[in-house]
Amino acid sequence: MEPAARLDNNHQLALKDFPYIIRWRDDRCKRCGRCTAVCPMLSIEPAVVLQRVVQSESPLPEPKAVRKVVTIVRQVTDINRYCTGCATCNLVCPNDAIEPEYNPQHKFLFHKNRGGHPFRRGGRRNDPAPSTLERLKFTRISMLTDPALDAGRHEFRIRTYLGRILPPEELPIRIVNGKAEIDKTSGKFIPPVREIYPVMIGSMSIGALSPTMWEGLAMGITYLNEVEGMPVVMCSGEGGMPQRLLRSRFLKYFIPQIASGYFGWDEIVRAIPHMVEDPCAIEIKYGQGAKPGDGGLLMAHKVLKLISEIRGVPMGVDLPSPPTHQTKYSIEESVAKMIQSMSMAWGFRVPVYPKISGSRTAKAVLNNLVRNPYAAALSIDGEDGGTGAAYNVSMDKMGHPIASNVRECYLDLVAQGKQNELPLIAAGGAGKQGNLAANAAALFMLGASAVSIGKYIMQAAAGCFGDEYNRCNVCNLGRCPRGITTQDPRLYRRLDPDKVAERVVEVFKSLDVELKKIFAPMGRSTELPIGMSDGLSADDHAVAERLQISYAC
Amino acid sequence: MCRLAALTSEEYISPMENILALETMKEGHDGSGMGLILKNLGGEFEELKDYPILSGICSKDGLHAMDDYLNKAGFKLQYTWTPKIRPRKGIVRRDYYFARVYDYPDEYRDKSFEEKEDLLLRTRIALRKMGEADESIIVFSFYPDILTLKEVGDPLELGEFFGLDNSTLKAKIIFAQGRQNTNYAINLYACHPFFIQGYGSMTNGENTAFVPIREFLTGKGFHGYMGYNSDSEVFTHILHYTCRMLGLPLIYYKDVITPLKASEIEEREDREVVWHLKTALRPLCIDGPNCVIGFTPDGTCFMVQDSKKLRPGVVGGVKGKYALMSEECGLDSAIPERDRSLDIFPMKYDMVIVSPEAKEVRVWNQRQGWTTTIS
Repeated sequence: MEPAARLDNNHQLALKDFPYIIRWRDDRCKRCGRCTAVCPMLSIEPAVVLQRVVQSESPLPEPKAVRKVVTIVRQVTDINRYCTGCATCNLVCPNDAIEPEYNPQHKFLFHKNRGGHPFRRGGRRNDPAPSTLERLKFTRISMLTDPALDAGRHEFRIRTYLGRILPPEELPIRIVNGKAEIDKTSGKFIPPVREIYPVMIGSMSIGALSPTMWEGLAMGITYLNEVEGMPVVMCSGEGGMPQRLLRSRFLKYFIPQIASGYFGWDEIVRAIPHMVEDPCAIEIKYGQGAKPGDGGLLMAHKVLKLISEIRGVPMGVDLPSPPTHQTKYSIEESVAKMIQSMSMAWGFRVPVYPKISGSRTAKAVLNNLVRNPYAAALSIDGEDGGTGAAYNVSMDKMGHPIASNVRECYLDLVAQGKQNELPLIAAGGAGKQGNLAANAAALFMLGASAVSIGKYIMQAAAGCFGDEYNRCNVCNLGRCPRGITTQDPRLYRRLDPDKVAERVVEVFKSLDVELKKIFAPMGRSTELPIGMSDGLSADDHAVAERLQISYAC
Repeated sequence: MCRLAALTSEEYISPMENILALETMKEGHDGSGMGLILKNLGGEFEELKDYPILSGICSKDGLHAMDDYLNKAGFKLQYTWTPKIRPRKGIVRRDYYFARVYDYPDEYRDKSFEEKEDLLLRTRIALRKMGEADESIIVFSFYPDILTLKEVGDPLELGEFFGLDNSTLKAKIIFAQGRQNTNYAINLYACHPFFIQGYGSMTNGENTAFVPIREFLTGKGFHGYMGYNSDSEVFTHILHYTCRMLGLPLIYYKDVITPLKASEIEEREDREVVWHLKTALRPLCIDGPNCVIGFTPDGTCFMVQDSKKLRPGVVGGVKGKYALMSEECGLDSAIPERDRSLDIFPMKYDMVIVSPEAKEVRVWNQRQGWTTTIS
């Protein structure tokens, strides 16, 4: 007897099981085929079906049922070809005949583990709920008690420092004829400190990003520095940097990252004698907010000629970065050695700082770094950070929100009187819902010295489709429909690096205006209002209590 | 806006001069309190310059507790000054206003002045804490040659209340502030001028950077950095921290509270140290709007503005008597005989420094350097 499954389609998934359902309109479609050609997941395909159509061809209604063979666009129900909702089909459709629609009742996670492989993806935590940062408001407004500043007229200095700052008592100062001067004979090491724009572009590698995307970001950063006078810096991500850039005077705007795979570092070290400028800083990646405790993976199909040259590896092989540095056995020794080694490579002229994922243990790391005179900062990446590839479970369920993490670290520094010595860089979730300036300003007031952004700039500068409803999020597959996270020339040619650079500049210039619009009414203009927690209120009592700020309702 | 009136002179002058200047500057409600600090005292205090003066207010019970504490600590009362109170409507009289001169405990007789200063500071804080809950003891200063008076009320009426118009109380440096309370509950510890170990200052305006500054100062672990009932108390403590704790010349106070931007620092001869101070003292940057008038232990007086110059402030006078006022009319009241064309209105980079006994007036500009107006 034939099994019933073969007869009743029971082995197949229903469209209602999928997170996005394609709405295709027969009456508008001209069958040009662009949508099916462009779909990164091959979720839609042209099909030929036999349809029963009721039609009338005479001047008077004479309906007749006829059977016709018609071409349609059909969504497939193969879980591996699920519609990601990216809507590239809609983007290319000349007649608005097709679009994906989110299906809140989907059962995607129940099924996306075929072959025993858990769901892996790129993107960010699939949680559209407003983050804590969205619950904070700026409530201390100077008005009649004192004249507020004018964001359009007054001078604002929106700058921060990256680097270990010696406490004033330890500066080797001597007084000569009523003037202070640095006593060069003291032999005291004064760590390098950079003055930078307080919002930086976080670590996204060439490899994770397409060459056009990375180049666009790099050009935007350089323009901001050279033309606009805004010292915005950018971290390379793991995987090295182009030799041309390493040997250029623009290197000072970049922060090369070293991570557990050490990819690209042979090439960077070899370039050191040829460098005409020091890099802005060096970031040592120990963790990533989006996937704490998980390593990186650049899949073989993304390792093409350019990537293999930059990273110093053969083409077409998987490039896994281990979850931890293999040389790391203790923070007291190995991390200290790594910080010192990197410092030594540039003659102690370059700040070196570690980046960790947001965690309840962040304070322990912090306290260790406070006692390491070479540690230049601590970057904490919260759970709302993004990634090019990770297990869904890591992204959705692992990690710590940045707001309380950075706050407790700052207050810990305050308790030790060291809040100005070790800058905290907050990452992961700034601008999650588009409010970058407000989120960044809130993080400063909670205690961050700088804020790092990734997803925000991808969305704003290159139109990344991803969101917290698992839209698109195929960065890991190298099929990015925008050309942002792919090494396929057919895809990355869609992205014009000049346009990306233009948008980077626009984004930072408008961010600057918005930050002034926040700081001016609060009466702050000269230094960044780091730790100005009396300026903030939360709309939730528990949040206010946890962050030690006021509650306003 | 609070009114500020500071006078520095080679002759002993009466605090009524400051109070009349405050009265001239008065506009609208100004009854939230007045603070007076007298430095380089004359009259009956002239012979007692080496002994610390404890200034404050206490209740009858507080007086007993204070006496007990000071006796046990070994302080010996040398002289007591109390104002001759003339009750005024609207001013709530407290039990006992005093300025008491003590001799140091025997074991401190041969100790250094720094050790004595430390003892005085600890004693003041202990007394403050003893009486803070029930306001039975309020102490403003405990230091040689410094007398402080503070009370809630209209400045002119307070002057009459304390009988200052008929008093022999005189000094060479007198700071007075008429407090216009808009923000906080009235608390005498929030009343300017503030004083710590020879350094004093008064300010008008709101300190928008108060919380980061307070956290930085309290993080230094120095027991004197406490209180902060007013967001302006930190200006005095920044002055103390800059000049005493870090040992920097007074002109760097301006660089600490209103740091230059990087391109401006490049113009300075001492650019390296200014840059390091800017980074190391970043949390002490004020953002105004503030006009700060202060003095240092040697009797130098100064006025500085915030980095946008959002408050008025003027310095003027004649050789031997100078006034630092928040408004021109106060200056007219205090020193009408001066040449008004020589009045100095410090702008955002300026720090006006009047030497002890008003012998010399110089303007330090963060970018241009020194200008001497009178010497």
